[in-house]
Amino acid sequence: MAKRILAVDDSKTMRDMVSFTLRKAGFDVAEAEDGKAALNVLGGGKFDLIITDLNMPNMDGISLIKNVRAGSSHRAVPILILTTESDGTKKADGKAAGATGWLVKPFSPDKLIELIQRVCP
Amino acid sequence: MMSESEAYPLEQFRKTYFEECAELLDVLQANLELLAAGAGGEETLHAIFRAVHSIKGGAGAFGFSSLVAFSHVLEGLLDAMREQKVDATPDVKQLLLRASDALADIVNAARSERVLPAEFASDILTGMEEVLAGASGATAPASAMSGLESANVAVQGERSYRIVFTPHTEMLQKANEPLLLFRQLRKLGGLTVDANTSRLPAFEALEPEAAYLGWTFVLETGAPESAIHEVFEFVEDDCDLSIVLLHEAAEAVSAATAASATEVAPTAVAAAEPSATVAPTPSQSIRVDVDKVDRLVNLVGELVITQAMLTEQGSLLPVDQYPAMIQGIEALAQSARELQESVMAIRAQPVKSVFARMPRVVRDLAATLGKEVKIVTSGEMTEIDKTVIEQLNDPLTHMIRNALDHGIESPDDRVAAGKPRQGTIHLSAAQRSGRIVIEVSDDGRGLNREKVLAKARDRGLVAAGVNPTEEEIDNLIFLPAFSTADVVSNISGRGVGMDVVKRNVQALGGRISVQSRFGAGSRFTMSLPLTLAVVDGMVVSVGKETFIVPLTAIIESLRPQPSDINPVVGRGDVLALRGEYLPLTYLHRSFAIGSAVTDPCQGIVIIVQSEGAGRIGVVVDELLGQQQVVVKSLEANYDAVDGISGATILGNGRVALILDVARVREIGEKSGVRTITPKEKTIEVREDMTHAA
Repeated sequence: MAKRILAVDDSKTMRDMVSFTLRKAGFDVAEAEDGKAALNVLGGGKFDLIITDLNMPNMDGISLIKNVRAGSSHRAVPILILTTESDGTKKADGKAAGATGWLVKPFSPDKLIELIQRVCP
Repeated sequence: MMSESEAYPLEQFRKTYFEECAELLDVLQANLELLAAGAGGEETLHAIFRAVHSIKGGAGAFGFSSLVAFSHVLEGLLDAMREQKVDATPDVKQLLLRASDALADIVNAARSERVLPAEFASDILTGMEEVLAGASGATAPASAMSGLESANVAVQGERSYRIVFTPHTEMLQKANEPLLLFRQLRKLGGLTVDANTSRLPAFEALEPEAAYLGWTFVLETGAPESAIHEVFEFVEDDCDLSIVLLHEAAEAVSAATAASATEVAPTAVAAAEPSATVAPTPSQSIRVDVDKVDRLVNLVGELVITQAMLTEQGSLLPVDQYPAMIQGIEALAQSARELQESVMAIRAQPVKSVFARMPRVVRDLAATLGKEVKIVTSGEMTEIDKTVIEQLNDPLTHMIRNALDHGIESPDDRVAAGKPRQGTIHLSAAQRSGRIVIEVSDDGRGLNREKVLAKARDRGLVAAGVNPTEEEIDNLIFLPAFSTADVVSNISGRGVGMDVVKRNVQALGGRISVQSRFGAGSRFTMSLPLTLAVVDGMVVSVGKETFIVPLTAIIESLRPQPSDINPVVGRGDVLALRGEYLPLTYLHRSFAIGSAVTDPCQGIVIIVQSEGAGRIGVVVDELLGQQQVVVKSLEANYDAVDGISGATILGNGRVALILDVARVREIGEKSGVRTITPKEKTIEVREDMTHAA
């Protein structure tokens, strides 16, 4: 069965790009536009991987990661940060909150797939 | 960046991106206005940051390098503000506003694939960099590339490394799986593994989620040491790791220990229960394709038409015999009306998106003209149909420009007149009796009625001996012949005038008027229908055909005396009306309809405002009544027809064409057979607007 991935980003462009790349690689993809929406989606299904942006309205990526790691249903699921955030502190915050890995935008589809295979074979 | 696959729908992503940019720029603009006004809180700054951040993120994906570069610096400044390293002083706010304008220009350039000059906005960039450099401890963010992007260095000879790796429990909690790291390592070269199980407790004491194991690897690889670090990139902080280059060829590690490593079960936390796949819970709002909404609007339109037919038929039934039937028809009418309103509400959007662009128009023009002007908006949340909003931008921009160009005086003149240096333009929207009313008022010099009237007489727009009221004088400025003038008219535009605005507002089924006090300012009031899908129309008959004339276009209707009709050679008939001569257009000739009334004195003349030709009289057989009709597009179902703006189905099931009064004179001038010219009408309006801008 295809792995299910939740892509979280407030930018529709980014969601479209990530989803397309993932679907093409054979993954099953759901989308959410911010942390709150992501938690809602996670509450309704089982996912094998979460890919999230950091800067989002309502609930940002860091809070989302903390929430997921504190909860029970998806706390063992790998979480990748996909962000344009270029200064190291945010990335470190994400890592401290419990992210599994990260990729900097703009991403190349190959790199994204490679990274996913690295954390979620 | 994204070019490796031909199936990758880059064009589509681009389109989405620019749509998103438009929204983000609106958000940016609106929040910057808040910030500039000192009204915004912390969230305002966050919203500004996010907007710029998102624009930059997408720009990178499409390789818009100048957009990335500019938004990067702007983002850095905003980030420093978020961290309170830079204060939002008036200068900084001003800089941000200019930067936001420049950002919009760069986005537009990227969209239209134009290349901006290298020095574009360089002063703003420098300004932002200076502010950043001045802030203690704040540095512009580093280059966007790092981490995984660090590329492969030239391949070197094989070397041996000893890697000692002991995960902490935190590493496992972050879903980093040791086994996967082994696989990554193995990709680099020959790998032998020795597991250290010494910390493994007795079974009873075993914490299922804790990390007890450690490993020692020997890796023979041609890859540089950085490649090994890269494997551990995500876990470096959550493990003990040492990587040592062995000078001598590594001692062979026994095959037995290597095997034991591969048997190490994944130490990660047990996977959650098998999935019971449930549909994701939707969020508060959904994005729907406009086409789908249009289809819904269309269907509801059909439903309302059917309902009107039923109501008409029902009214013929005797009430005492069919009480339930008649009750049902009434209930249906009620539901249909409510359904229609609800569907229209889906398309309704706040005028905010258009209003938000106006401060920029004011800033740009004020700077050019050397005037000091502020714009105050109110009622931005008033909702109006999306199609109306889209077409509101041009007329509104034009009105604002006019107010600024010709209404507001120069700062010195204002002071001399006892007014504050800074002029004010007030932009407001409100809903009044089923229409939306948008007002643009300024506290400038107002209309000089004497000059307006003198000029109108000069141009033959007002006959000698006729004394118009003050209101009539003010509204002379909307006449086409008036605005192209070079005389000081206070309001006329730069070669294109208020007549264009009026024509565009009329095309939306709206009306526009002006009130003014000399020396104190002017107020333009624009009243628009809430939707273009429903029109208030006068139903008229011509022969066996039925037409709808939009009520907003009708000035008056009358039955003339034979002495009022005069033929003019080469121009057709004219109607003498209170000292004015109006050309007559016969609909039966325009549309080649037989058995119609040919003598205007036997029929009715409807006086309408046409495009270009001023007021004209349209000759029809008779007026059948007033009715609200649902507009169906001709273009979508058949083809565009000159002089016809759409069609509708009447209660009796017959199709009636809706007259495009602005164009009806032109078809009257062409003789004989009607030809079909697709889409001409819409294109022409757009062109007019481009000139007006």
